[in-house]
Amino acid sequence: MSFEPKITLFSCHYASQQSCAEKGKELQQLGFPTTITLVRVPCTGKVQVTTLLQAFEDGADGVYVVGCPVESCHNVKGSVRAAKKVTAVKKALEELDVESGRIEMFHLPRGLHPEFVAAGVTMDKKIRTLGPSPFQS
Amino acid sequence: MIVAERKPMAEILEMVKDCSKVLVLACRGCVTVCSAGGEREAAALASLIRLGMKKQGKTIQVIEGSLVRQCDKEYIDAIDTWDGQYDAIVSTACGVGVNFIANLRKTTMVYPALNTTFFGGSAEQGIWTEQCAGCGNCVLHLTGGLCPVARCAKSLMNGPCGGSVGGRCEINKQTECIWQSIYDRLGSFGRGSQMETIAPIRDWSTAGHGGPRKTVRDDLTIS
Ligand code: SF4
Ligand code: SF4
Repeated sequence: MSFEPKITLFSCHYASQQSCAEKGKELQQLGFPTTITLVRVPCTGKVQVTTLLQAFEDGADGVYVVGCPVESCHNVKGSVRAAKKVTAVKKALEELDVESGRIEMFHLPRGLHPEFVAAGVTMDKKIRTLGPSPFQS
Repeated sequence: MIVAERKPMAEILEMVKDCSKVLVLACRGCVTVCSAGGEREAAALASLIRLGMKKQGKTIQVIEGSLVRQCDKEYIDAIDTWDGQYDAIVSTACGVGVNFIANLRKTTMVYPALNTTFFGGSAEQGIWTEQCAGCGNCVLHLTGGLCPVARCAKSLMNGPCGGSVGGRCEINKQTECIWQSIYDRLGSFGRGSQMETIAPIRDWSTAGHGGPRKTVRDDLTIS
């Protein structure tokens, strides 16, 4: 049976600004993978290590965070802090002998643009290659 | 404060491998301040234990709790709150806290989630450095407030050793030579000549070399 991944994306309002346009349909029309569930947060700096781990506990095969570019974060350091949390979770996954690539950080400009869709496609491809989460009992 | 860091997950998972329910118990004292074992870190650890066990094909129930401190009898008593809800406690307090639980709860199995590392302070956000080794016979009044026991790699009482170069320690170039700093600091107060006083051979019995130490304050004891 083919594997349909479950991917959770945490993105700040700014980087995912237009994801709600056309009731979210615009994203789909642009080829954004349907395997991805988008969780919008006011700032990715607010995303905690526990938030990311919880996504895995809730059954995600992969998790990624999209925040502003490092040099131009709307909240100055929010996306840098998010990247550090992602790194912490990568290390924790390694400790559990799980591929650290199941979680990634992307820094993207605000608004709807090809990179936002491309990041989703990259994650979708990667998680399909890695296969189902080893945390499924 | 007491500074600590989380043990590797493999070690923690090995401790709880036969448990079906554990209580991850945070301490709201020192380890909260050094971000090793406060409520936030305990929540992350609880999640990692669940995930780690799941990966091994096992299920475990993990509940979280926290105490104001784990180094006082009155707070340890509050563990009654979770009676019957766990097979073992995984404490995210320092070693003192784990010992206190073991001392006071005869039938409770308790495991350490942290490696307790040193007495230190936060030099800058996210960075902690050792400052004192609890030697029991403080010499800071002679050394300009900088500790040669904890901060000199050789715990010299009459430093520097001669190996320091450019104010860096010969054991680890990343570390300042604390005796160079003591010299500079005493000098800035016009007390450089203090360095010429030879410190006698030290009696380390106060530093724990004579077994566990105890402090008794008769003015505070009840009985
Ligand atoms: S148990 Fe340890 S970490 Fe907690 S307050 Fe006491 S000394 Fe500090
Ligand atoms: S001399 Fe002893 S008590 Fe004083 S700071 Fe150093 S280790 Fe601590």
